[in-house]
Amino acid sequence: MTGSPLIRALDRVGIGFLVLLAVIAVIIPVGNLLVPASSPWHVSLYFVSLFGKYMCYAILALAIDLIWGYCGILSLGHGAFFALGGYAMGMYLMRQIGTRGVYANPILPDFMVFLNWKELPVYWYGFQHFPYAILMVVLVPGLLAFLFGWFAFRSRVTGVYFSIITQALTFALMLGFFRNNFGFGGNNGLTDFKDILGFNVQSAETRSALFAISVLTLGIGFYICRAIVASKLGKVLIAIRDAENRVRFLGYRVESYKLFVFTLSACMAGVAGALYVPQVGIINPSEFAPGNSIEAVIWVAVGGRGTLIGAVLGAILVNYAKTSFTSGSLAPYWLFVLGGLFIAVTLLLPRGIVGTVEYWWKGRGPKTRGNGVAPAGVAEPHPAE
Amino acid sequence: MRALFGRLRALAVAFGLLLAMAAANAQSFDQALSGFTADSFSDTDTAISAVARSGNPRAAQVIGALQDGQLFFDPDGKKVYIKDKDDRLTDAATGQAVAGPAPANLAPVRLNNRLRRAVEAALGALSLFAEDPGRRFEAAQAVFKSREAAALPTLQTALAKETDPRVKTALTEARAALVLNMSDASEADKLAAVPVIRARGDQDAVALLAGLPSDTPPAVSKAANDAIASIQNGLAIWSAVQNAWYGLSLGSVLLLAAIGLAITFGVMGVINMAHGEMVMLGAYTTFVVQEVIRAYNPGLFDYSIAIAVPLAFAISGTIGILVEQCIIRFLYGRPLETLLATWGLSLILQQAVRTAFGPTNRDVGSPSWMSGAFDVGQITITYNRLWIICFSLAVFVGLLALLRFTRFGLEMRAVTQNRPMAASMGIRTGRIDALAFGLGSGIAGIAGVALSQIDNVSPNLGQGYIIDSFMVVVFGGVGNLWGTLLGAFFLGIANKFLEPYAGAVVGKIAILVLIILFIQKRPRGLFALRGRAVEA
Repeated sequence: MTGSPLIRALDRVGIGFLVLLAVIAVIIPVGNLLVPASSPWHVSLYFVSLFGKYMCYAILALAIDLIWGYCGILSLGHGAFFALGGYAMGMYLMRQIGTRGVYANPILPDFMVFLNWKELPVYWYGFQHFPYAILMVVLVPGLLAFLFGWFAFRSRVTGVYFSIITQALTFALMLGFFRNNFGFGGNNGLTDFKDILGFNVQSAETRSALFAISVLTLGIGFYICRAIVASKLGKVLIAIRDAENRVRFLGYRVESYKLFVFTLSACMAGVAGALYVPQVGIINPSEFAPGNSIEAVIWVAVGGRGTLIGAVLGAILVNYAKTSFTSGSLAPYWLFVLGGLFIAVTLLLPRGIVGTVEYWWKGRGPKTRGNGVAPAGVAEPHPAE
Repeated sequence: MRALFGRLRALAVAFGLLLAMAAANAQSFDQALSGFTADSFSDTDTAISAVARSGNPRAAQVIGALQDGQLFFDPDGKKVYIKDKDDRLTDAATGQAVAGPAPANLAPVRLNNRLRRAVEAALGALSLFAEDPGRRFEAAQAVFKSREAAALPTLQTALAKETDPRVKTALTEARAALVLNMSDASEADKLAAVPVIRARGDQDAVALLAGLPSDTPPAVSKAANDAIASIQNGLAIWSAVQNAWYGLSLGSVLLLAAIGLAITFGVMGVINMAHGEMVMLGAYTTFVVQEVIRAYNPGLFDYSIAIAVPLAFAISGTIGILVEQCIIRFLYGRPLETLLATWGLSLILQQAVRTAFGPTNRDVGSPSWMSGAFDVGQITITYNRLWIICFSLAVFVGLLALLRFTRFGLEMRAVTQNRPMAASMGIRTGRIDALAFGLGSGIAGIAGVALSQIDNVSPNLGQGYIIDSFMVVVFGGVGNLWGTLLGAFFLGIANKFLEPYAGAVVGKIAILVLIILFIQKRPRGLFALRGRAVEA
């Protein structure tokens, strides 16, 4: 446990996970692009898109795990930050369509021409530039989270109150984005994208590249989260999770810690949304639906809150299950499964999959209790004294 | 002096009316009809007004046929016929079918645009004499809006014969509208007409007074402008009253939906995300009750709501207790996990109902005593909304009494205020939890019965109300049911007052932002509990 904190951030499992991600980022695009379609090792384009989508979900799950697993903040509105990032990217992609739209207007996206708008709204300015769009992907969710968190944490809105208010936030945004006069395409959202940075979004090469970028971003996100939770800052966050008032009485500014980690988490969610949109080809207001945000929370719970790797695993597992269920004849039963998952995980598997494995592992090996991070998810903050 | 003038005028009008009626009676219907056979537009015009004024029961049919191009005449026999769609002829004068071959030179009665207007006016005037008071009322309104001066004589006749007070008022207003728009009416008549229009006091009255002809005498214009100002003041007040009423109605629904939530949240500190589904189950209970009644004993339909209320309470309450015993009990002290588990439960319940009843809206009828409406001034109050407000207040009072006067209520309050202390005083907190959860869910169930009367009964019913109910609880605080009451009505009324200015969606967003800002000031709601255990 020596060396700079940036290296110390990674334990053996963490390094292994990053290596695994790097391998996936190479193998899958290679399997899709270079291996001939007749070979059993060929990876289909569908698979690439599907797992690219899962990678974005995994980044979102990481963001939720960072605040819920390590700081005890349950946000039921993280889907809003995800969708905002997605909309920022969608706006860039819309501007790239140019004259290839149905109405061939060089400036205005199709839906604006359809609504008889004469000029581009001010908030659409600049989105034809990729760096500006990327800046907005991070800035808009971050700013919203900062403002919202500043208000909420300062007046000590905690626990279920905070959860409910975040849910109301995403609900309000959903209502707003459904409106045509908000200038984001209303009900239909933004879709029919043509290209990104000059590459066709539909082509296999672009898809593979987007997949690889998503995996790399996931790796970077994971590393950032690890670095945070392994640092002294991370210890304070865990302390806030377990006994907020005690930390406050010890002289830490709890609000600032929470605000920092909440804003960071929202930025990560925004990036996830931005990567998601070009891969699925559409962003619409239903991404803001409160149900989506809660579903993202259950990915984390299934994988194991406060484990980071668990969040990634949970996101992929649950979504894979969802895809398998909803694309077959079992579709009507998916909600039973999902609902059952919520209940079963909270009742029977409070540590999640990774948390439980870790618990057994540590229980067999030498006594390492007092390590701080281990029994996450079990110790809900007890009422402060 | 003025009163004397009024009487004189009334006398004059009455005299004029008598003359007109006498003339109408003297003129025979047949004679009027013969005007159609001359094949000249001016004769047709005279004939139309003569037929309209004849008071003959067949007049409406003849004019109607003329409008549809089905009125034919025989220039040789000087007779008029109505030819229906199947080319059958009837004698316009007698209404009897024509036997034998049709006359050879049969030709349609021709119309030009001026005559078409005359036909329309005549038809409108004829319905002033219709049997049904509703149709007479509509005809009077039509005359009011058309301001066709030619209708005045007919209107006078109708007014003299009218007995229904509502129709009579409408006729008087229509006459005033005509007088105001006639250039040859005297200034005194016009001045007298303005207050009649002013008394009407709606948008149409404003439109009429604002659009007076240019040759209106200045005194009349001034009176009209005064009247417009006063009507608009009145309208503004009425629209505020209307918004307040809608707000009360929405607030009472929110109160019903939120009050159960407030109880479970207050006692156990857990948010029940499946609360909306308990509401939905209550609504489906009403649906099933009504289906059973329709199938076995339709006579009981008026009692269906009365049967559904206790049943919905029992069903939702039982499910609530089961949920508490099977799930929530084990998650005690972990409110965030409870939230997730109950969300999962809500997904399951929704999907179960969708599987059992289908995803579409189900039709729930209103018993006769809940349907219909009555007018208060310019607003319409529907009985079902009124009943729901009464019902929600009754539930509120009942719950308040339960908390205040029963042993269970006392223990529940004790647990809400300080759980460990209550437990050490011998209160079985686990039992209280289960019962409180059952009570909260049961109330959600009866909220569902009420909602089934005003909203679509579908598996998503609960979802529409759950976030608003949360907002009510967050706003009102959990220490006190009065907070819930105040929160519900405040949110309901604020919503409805914002709607006309900002639109429904922006209004809703504004409310949410308002609440987010509000909890800055009071993080625990309006009526926060104070004490040592509260921070928990």
